[in-house]
Amino acid sequence: MSSSYHITVAIGGMPILLHTQDDSFRRLLARRYAGFVDSSAPPRFEFEIELTTPSASASDDDVRVEMRNGTWRLRRGDFRAQWDPDAGRGSIRQSANPYSIDSVLRIVHTLILAREGGFLLHSAGAIRNGRAFLFSGVSGAGKTTISRLAPPEVTLLTDEVSYIRRVDGGYRACGTPFVGELARVGENCSAPLQSLFFLNQGPENKIEPMAKSECIRGLMRNILFFAGDAELVTNVFQSACEFVERVPVQRLTFTPDSRVWSLVQ
Amino acid sequence: MSAKYIAKSAGIASRLLGGEMMIMSAVDSTFFTLNPVATVIWQAADGRTPLAEIVSQRVCAEFEIDFDTAHRDAEDFVEELSSHGILLVSERPFPEPSASPTEAA
Repeated sequence: MSSSYHITVAIGGMPILLHTQDDSFRRLLARRYAGFVDSSAPPRFEFEIELTTPSASASDDDVRVEMRNGTWRLRRGDFRAQWDPDAGRGSIRQSANPYSIDSVLRIVHTLILAREGGFLLHSAGAIRNGRAFLFSGVSGAGKTTISRLAPPEVTLLTDEVSYIRRVDGGYRACGTPFVGELARVGENCSAPLQSLFFLNQGPENKIEPMAKSECIRGLMRNILFFAGDAELVTNVFQSACEFVERVPVQRLTFTPDSRVWSLVQ
Repeated sequence: MSAKYIAKSAGIASRLLGGEMMIMSAVDSTFFTLNPVATVIWQAADGRTPLAEIVSQRVCAEFEIDFDTAHRDAEDFVEELSSHGILLVSERPFPEPSASPTEAA
């Protein structure tokens, strides 16, 4: 029996159609992904969501992502999912909560992007004067702080996870609904990527060059990646190398006041 | 002393970027950056050329370093990378074709 309700969530310009038999869950998804719902976009992929009774399984269990017979299998304490990328279809079993579907979508997008030379990156992102800037680093590096300090003319793409697509030999950074401490969904827009900064907090604002190996190491540490699949790991590594060859990557040390944005041009 | 042959594992990706060779294990995602001497050894690790020959004909020829020192360093380098499964080591030449990792310059 086909589901009665559906919603298309387009993150990074990649529409994914979600089917559910529960209208209240569809409404929950509509609220969660407000700004990223696009009913007019023809979906690239579809998922049937089967809602289950909430269990005690912890959502912070390790996620397992593996490819078997052409189908990706995603599993964590709070969800089970499978996805056949060639058929463009998949299914998700989870309880009616926004966190599990968030994780499934993040994983699916990492797998989609890995095939196209892009990736999801732990970074804040913003558009200024039509160009995108990314600010990456581990928790505590200052992603939320620099987002909070952004001047009014800056469009925030995210304070937590940036969506980076390979487009026409360059890169575009796209907004995501994946939020960090700022708890503010990013704008659903994109711009050509100008620079990536790795953040440090320090006594003064300064930008310093980084060795290519440091850039790769930093990228590999902050690219969201879940699958242990060797071919995919190789793809992500090569994507990181391509990125570093084409996009300026620098270290931005900043003291937490808005003057740091004078360096971001 | 028996001959030692080295070959690149199939489970790695490597890339020469900005003059540095970067290697990543696809198995456990460990990441290495090689110095110029190690890069020469890495690039010559075809599974058919003895390590001593790589050292004498490539390392000593390209860098001002005596054979004994270079060979000792090369042994250490090979041991470290083989412990991560990135280099394969054998007392006999590897059958052709040797392991063929993804590599791009």
